[in-house]
Amino acid sequence: MLKQTPLNAAHRELGAKMVDFGGWDMPVNYGSQIEEHYAVRKGCGLFDVSHMLSLDIRGANVRAFLRRLVANNVDKLQVSGKALYSCMLNEAGGVIDDLIIYFMDENWFRLVVNAGTADKDLAWMEQCNADWGMGLTLTPRRDLAMIAIQGPDATRVLNEALPGVDGLTASLKPFSAAAMGEMFIARTGYTGENGFEAMVLAKSAPFFWKALMEAGGKPIGLGARDTLRLEAGMNLYGQDMDETTSPLESGLAWTVDLKSERDFIGRKALEASEVTQQLAGLLLLDKGVLRSHQKVLTKNGDGEITSGTFSPTMQQSIALARIPLGIAPGDEVEVDIRDKRLKAKVVKYPFVRNGKVLI
Amino acid sequence: MSIPADLKYTPSHEWVRVEADGTLTIGITHHAQDLLGDMVFIETPAAGRTLVKGEECAVVESVKAASDVYAPVAGEVVAANAEVESSPEAVNQDAYAAWLFKIKPANPADVSELLDAAAYQKLVESEAH
Repeated sequence: MLKQTPLNAAHRELGAKMVDFGGWDMPVNYGSQIEEHYAVRKGCGLFDVSHMLSLDIRGANVRAFLRRLVANNVDKLQVSGKALYSCMLNEAGGVIDDLIIYFMDENWFRLVVNAGTADKDLAWMEQCNADWGMGLTLTPRRDLAMIAIQGPDATRVLNEALPGVDGLTASLKPFSAAAMGEMFIARTGYTGENGFEAMVLAKSAPFFWKALMEAGGKPIGLGARDTLRLEAGMNLYGQDMDETTSPLESGLAWTVDLKSERDFIGRKALEASEVTQQLAGLLLLDKGVLRSHQKVLTKNGDGEITSGTFSPTMQQSIALARIPLGIAPGDEVEVDIRDKRLKAKVVKYPFVRNGKVLI
Repeated sequence: MSIPADLKYTPSHEWVRVEADGTLTIGITHHAQDLLGDMVFIETPAAGRTLVKGEECAVVESVKAASDVYAPVAGEVVAANAEVESSPEAVNQDAYAAWLFKIKPANPADVSELLDAAAYQKLVESEAH
């Protein structure tokens, strides 16, 4: 039996094509994935991301707990509402999950973790909480729904759907959030566009979704969510990194804080490890489509595509690939596609931000 | 569900039209394009290539996935549709107009082994369950 979000009936009413996504019955598209992609780049798209888990951690030691638990430094969070992107590592330095941490007050941090890893994450955190005698309360918020509102028109759509919110949407800084009772609005997203991720009580979600659609927001499925995030150069857990890969070889070194003295899980392993690979952007020069697991041939040895797709914005195939160090933007490599070797160029990603091609 | 009665079909979701001169025009069905979603890349076989029945001879790729197209019967490729290679979305717009390639069958009687519209309809329905 697949799990359903509070918006399941709304997706079905809209005629969405539903798929099993990590045990959740989710919309992959509502018609054309490419049109949905453009809707986000040019207007405003709405995403049901209620399958992701928000998790409240409360208690006196929550900051101390997170200092040890995650690779980025929560001491960067000093202003209420500020968010931090981080990996949670295992002792071997592999990535258990990537997550967003919101600092609300010294006794309350909110985490948002991936759907497919939620149970594993929660068990890991509870174990750490017990082992370290932290005495924290971890509360999974399955009573909340989460809707992402993304695109150049996102602020107008949210303002229109939620009268009175305009003061907040005007003042909320990127990567920050504000809570008003059980409503929680963050200026975050997974598309490379301006936008918000709003959490509301599950029972209010269908009404809120409808109001957002009436204000001009277009429903967007998981298919376009993937092409948007890849154009934006954002990692996807399970594809671009997992428990067997180091964040330092997954384009996530910027999220690993080795400057502070913190003894976080995985630090020793990372410091003892030798980095030999990097995550790089690829642009296919020949015709075809780059896909995950295709082999990449470089002058320094072989690599592998971790995420590949056709970029609707660029009308060309793009990918993230884990390749040997020493290969730099501008270099040409070859990709093995159905026994043919196609030419690709290594590029610095992101590929697209705020509707503009950066390559 | 769009399954024209005058065409033949394969279990791998190709459609086949028998032309007056005996050549076969081949494409992928409406059902196949619906499963794959927005088409972004199509590769067709070169004219003159000899195909055995069931051989992988074309590739259709949507944003989502790549899918092989198989030769419905043995024969020689006599034409490929360059237009769908430059505009893959034509397959989404009308799967039965956007043909991929034409073959001259090695044995015209092989066509009788293909599915008719009713049989294909049944197959699609059984896959949905």
